[in-house]
Amino acid sequence: MTANTKSWALHIALLVTLFTLQFVLPAYHQGNIARIMMLAVFAMGYNIMFGYTGLLSLGHALFFATGMYGMGLSIQHLGISPATAFVCGIVAALLVTATVGVLALRTSGVAFMIVTLMFAQSGYLAVLFFGEYTRGDEGFVIKQAQRVIASVDLADATNRYFAALLLFALCIAVTLKLVTSQFGHVLVAVRENEERAQMLGYDTFKYKLAAVLISGTISGVAGAGYGLLFGYVGANFATVQYSIYPLLWVLLGGAGTIMGPFFGTLFMFYLIDLASDLTSAYMLIAGVALVLLTLFARNGLMGEIRKRVLPWLP
Amino acid sequence: MADKIIKPKLKTRRNLLKSIGAGTGILAGATALPGWVRYSQAQTSEPIRIGFQVHRTGIGAAYGRWYDRTTTAAAKLINDMGGINGRALEIIAEDDGTDPKRGAEVLEKFANQHKCDLAFGTLFSHVVIGSAPRAGELKLPYFVVSEGHHVASGMLNRYTLQPGITDVKSQVQAMAPFVADNLGKKVTMIFPDFAFGHDHRDYFSAAIEKQGGTVVAKIAIPPTESSFTKYFPKIPRDTDVIYHVMVGPAVLTFVKEMGEFYGPNKPQIFGFIDSLEAVDLNSPGLEFLEGSYFWEGNPRYAQANQSEHDKFYRAAVGVDDNGASVSDPKDVSTYSHMFGCWETLFTIKTGMEAAGYQGTDDRSKLIEAVESITDIPLSREHPQGAKVFNSKTHQVFGHQYISKVEGGKLKLAHTTSIEDTLYPDETDYTKQSF
Repeated sequence: MTANTKSWALHIALLVTLFTLQFVLPAYHQGNIARIMMLAVFAMGYNIMFGYTGLLSLGHALFFATGMYGMGLSIQHLGISPATAFVCGIVAALLVTATVGVLALRTSGVAFMIVTLMFAQSGYLAVLFFGEYTRGDEGFVIKQAQRVIASVDLADATNRYFAALLLFALCIAVTLKLVTSQFGHVLVAVRENEERAQMLGYDTFKYKLAAVLISGTISGVAGAGYGLLFGYVGANFATVQYSIYPLLWVLLGGAGTIMGPFFGTLFMFYLIDLASDLTSAYMLIAGVALVLLTLFARNGLMGEIRKRVLPWLP
Repeated sequence: MADKIIKPKLKTRRNLLKSIGAGTGILAGATALPGWVRYSQAQTSEPIRIGFQVHRTGIGAAYGRWYDRTTTAAAKLINDMGGINGRALEIIAEDDGTDPKRGAEVLEKFANQHKCDLAFGTLFSHVVIGSAPRAGELKLPYFVVSEGHHVASGMLNRYTLQPGITDVKSQVQAMAPFVADNLGKKVTMIFPDFAFGHDHRDYFSAAIEKQGGTVVAKIAIPPTESSFTKYFPKIPRDTDVIYHVMVGPAVLTFVKEMGEFYGPNKPQIFGFIDSLEAVDLNSPGLEFLEGSYFWEGNPRYAQANQSEHDKFYRAAVGVDDNGASVSDPKDVSTYSHMFGCWETLFTIKTGMEAAGYQGTDDRSKLIEAVESITDIPLSREHPQGAKVFNSKTHQVFGHQYISKVEGGKLKLAHTTSIEDTLYPDETDYTKQSF
């Protein structure tokens, strides 16, 4: 069995497990896994830029929120169908990502981090500034009737779970195909040594821009999907903490691994959920756990597994 | 942190003896021990579980602390009175981090993991708006204590109700007659440039115009602003009244810098106490507010004509005559808002008793019972004042208070009528099916 076949088999097994879990999980955890899958899509988008291309963005909340607001505002003000609005959200994320990418990639390193952070902050303030349309910090509700696609009510727990699984599976397939392709190998080459990649004849700017476009658009898909599935669009999702979250999830799960963002999100979500049952200082427990993981599993959960057990893991 | 503030006490030896006592003396003294009589008649000994969505961390933590104390006190009193329909009341609190995403997750936890009968207690509007869709989908009655207009506007759903605190639209419009008649007709508004501030801008502008007044300037302050000096020259010279609703930690700087700008020759100043909830009025820099007026949801300082009901409520929650904790005079309460938790819990009790509530299958009956409530008289259960509940908009309406800062304390200057707070219905939730 080739490494490629093994990796596809493993990822399909994960998807089958998630499909099966829907039938056995209690309602509370079923809802949680649906959320985690959508947030994992966000993290997987982030991983394309950070994990595979080596571009550390501190502004991914902008792309997530653009997808969310592109979808939500289309429904709210244009009265279009949720499916079309979902596409609007993705297109909006693509356009914003292209603009940010072209400008931010003129910098590198720390400057790139700061520029992306500033763009995201501008996006957040724009949501507040255009409060007449966005309802500012309060946000707005996507009503149940506005969340029905082809007679499928996304407010229903089972439908929502399968919709989240579908988006998650598509994202797994796209990113897996991408990173195992020649294009993906060039991204890794850029991450490892950009000058050497340039010397080999690759136009690294184009590759980095493509990575930013793919990363931002996937994040936009996550934002649009999250808003549609959970019925709320709010400025909170544009704040800096939603730029930090995907970085944490990816670091925890394993940067540069396809499944890492999912397990990182899963770990972080339940760490906070369980710790909050024990103490109101639950973020302290989360912080300690993160420090321990950083000290003893520097490559993240899946990164360590790749290092120790499954060297073929993409 | 999920914790059980009030636990049922039905199975202890002491309670058992009390139940036996109540049983033997039922003919002679039923009214003397009504609670235990009802406990003994309950079809189940399971407590009624109320999920309390509390802001323990995040921007709402100061409010959350006092919402928590008020809820604990009300739940204790309800259990001392015999519980609800013969069952003890159990409060299950979960921190939502003042975050709408976490808020929605917490509601799921209440409904699916803790098996709560309903959820209650949310203050910040974005958390309410982010959580309410899930409440509707989970068919979980969601009693918010937010004062946002989101409920009455029709944005939410039939499962979301606000029977314990008035909304910002009614509060703001009720201020206009007093401002126009007593302070002046040319008003400059200074407000934070986000939804809360925009609500004030829009509702007050319309209301003051009805009183023959006008807003001569609307100065929006960006939420990230930390110094305000550059905004004060924008205030027109012919301004009679400055209307301010700044919130957050920068409010002290705002007042201090306004004082430095005006000196002794200041116009009339009217503000919403939201700016200074949980803040000591005698904090350095706030001297400039002497002589200014504030809206209060419930007078922080015990007034000369304090009602017996306020006295009882204040003692039960542990608040002194200055509106601070009896155990720490520096720990100032959020007195204008937290009564909403107390009153909402008692409205839930009334609704459950009217509906004969037994379990989660009766959730729709509970909502219908609360919808059938109209007049809520002033009482120990409703110490802030009499109220009128609008079943169509799921919003309660009540008296508003205007106080003047005198000697570093707030002295009640005017009480509005309930009629001053009413506005035409914007929705009819009763038309929505369960």
